[in-house]
Amino acid sequence: MDLNYITGILTLAGINLMAVLGLSLLTGFTGMFSFGHAGFMAIGGYTSAMMTVKFGLPFIPALLIGGLVAALVSSVIGKLTLNLKGDYFCIATLGFGEAIRLILDNVQYFGGARGWPGIPHHTNLLNVVIINIVAIFILANIVRSKHGRNMIAVREEELASQIVGINVFRYKLISLMISAAYAGIAGGLMAHYMTFLQPKMFSLTKSTELTIIVIFGGLGSISGSVLGALVLTSLPEILRAFSNWRLVIYGLAVVIIMITRPSGLMGGYELTPSSMKTLYTRMKNKNKGLPNQMEGGKTI
Amino acid sequence: MNILELKNLTKTFGGLTAVGNVDFEVPNDGISGLIGPNGAGKTTIFNLITGVYKVTDGRIIFKGKDITNMDPYKIAGSGITRTFQNIRLFKKLTVYENVLTACHANANYGLFEAVVRTPKCRKQEKELEEKANDLLDIMGLYDRRDLIANNLPYGLQRRLEIARALALNPELLLLDEPAAGMNPDETVQLMTLIADIRSKFNLSVLIIDHHMDLIMGICEKIMVLNFGCKLAEGTPQEIQNNPKVIEAYLGVEG
Repeated sequence: MDLNYITGILTLAGINLMAVLGLSLLTGFTGMFSFGHAGFMAIGGYTSAMMTVKFGLPFIPALLIGGLVAALVSSVIGKLTLNLKGDYFCIATLGFGEAIRLILDNVQYFGGARGWPGIPHHTNLLNVVIINIVAIFILANIVRSKHGRNMIAVREEELASQIVGINVFRYKLISLMISAAYAGIAGGLMAHYMTFLQPKMFSLTKSTELTIIVIFGGLGSISGSVLGALVLTSLPEILRAFSNWRLVIYGLAVVIIMITRPSGLMGGYELTPSSMKTLYTRMKNKNKGLPNQMEGGKTI
Repeated sequence: MNILELKNLTKTFGGLTAVGNVDFEVPNDGISGLIGPNGAGKTTIFNLITGVYKVTDGRIIFKGKDITNMDPYKIAGSGITRTFQNIRLFKKLTVYENVLTACHANANYGLFEAVVRTPKCRKQEKELEEKANDLLDIMGLYDRRDLIANNLPYGLQRRLEIARALALNPELLLLDEPAAGMNPDETVQLMTLIADIRSKFNLSVLIIDHHMDLIMGICEKIMVLNFGCKLAEGTPQEIQNNPKVIEAYLGVEG
């Protein structure tokens, strides 16, 4: 395998990770499932490509504008749909994602269904990694703040959240907007990596893939999302040797993980220096034959 | 001085009147009780006060301000908080996280300040942590702070729910059957706990319960509901001797 190939896969994994991180906040921490995040990726992708191609803006500002526009669109969608409960919100996002794709199919300004070639190549492994690190840093700080705790409370028990004074609608909206901004930036990265955009790239399959990665990695775990994005983006490539069977194996891997670890790879735990230390001491205690303590025993 | 006044409060579900024309005042700094047979509309009144249900008719006045049909989170923010008959904790979070989350209103740093972790954000976070630990200490839950809430024994889950409610610095605490499922010993403990909380946090309490020893033991004022209507109101002594109440609870001699 040559280096370019590996770099390519890692870059793609990084782009996916960016979108997954946002969805992780929405699904993993706020408890709302979305099947329309490819739509926000499309909005961010086309917007940032427009900024670089038609207005000659530099790459990073173009990315940020893409994320911003995706967030603004999500706020409109959110105001309309966030009062819907559970499954209904999910279906509304599914409809939104498909609608965006079909609209782009018919906008000739962006090349319609034929696609839009000639977008400058700006995305590389280095800037993807840097952007992801910043994104993880932001997300981690949000999650461990009172705002993050309020989102988790909304996920756990909506009525009780309201009774302790949490504005449930507001936190759902914030969570949706941040996740849409992340997806938008991911779309922009993708546009400037592929140098080509086509509505087909942002189909329901893409949205589903993002949600699968979040669940696979473990709801409510940022490190789980990172792990999930890396594993599930590279897995189909690693399995290329099996040609036609690779997607079957991919599917099987997901099913097996979900059966054996229903709460995902990380399942609510985080991989931080302090958690690794606890894990290490616990393993040492186990080897000494000390009785297993009850501490931190998360139930599934 | 009354902290809470219900004026002509009515709630109908379709053709059923769950609460009809109820007038009631909760005195300041007191412990009041709300009793009645099953289905009398007690919990409905709690749901109306806290904004979970929309009021059909009538008004709810809290500290002289009309809070009728306000959003539940705003009502909570203005100083009314409650516990639930069927406990509603953040089940998968630890005891500590449950209380810490509820402390959120004591900090006012914004989302952006959280992202860059400004000194203000760090300072307030530390204060929240202290407050949560203090509350756990007062409620006797400190040694179990790292347990998952769902794994607590039932009685302690109720205690945790009260601790979580206190994190909001409420002025009025609504307790919905706090003694449900408790044995007489635990009920006595709960009575002292409620009296302690009232004096320590300087708040008013309104309790729904079926344990008459609890209600008669600590309430200064009691309202009896039957089929959504107020049957009687008064001191425990008056309620115990009220023929209408005796009739509703025990029936009339043939």
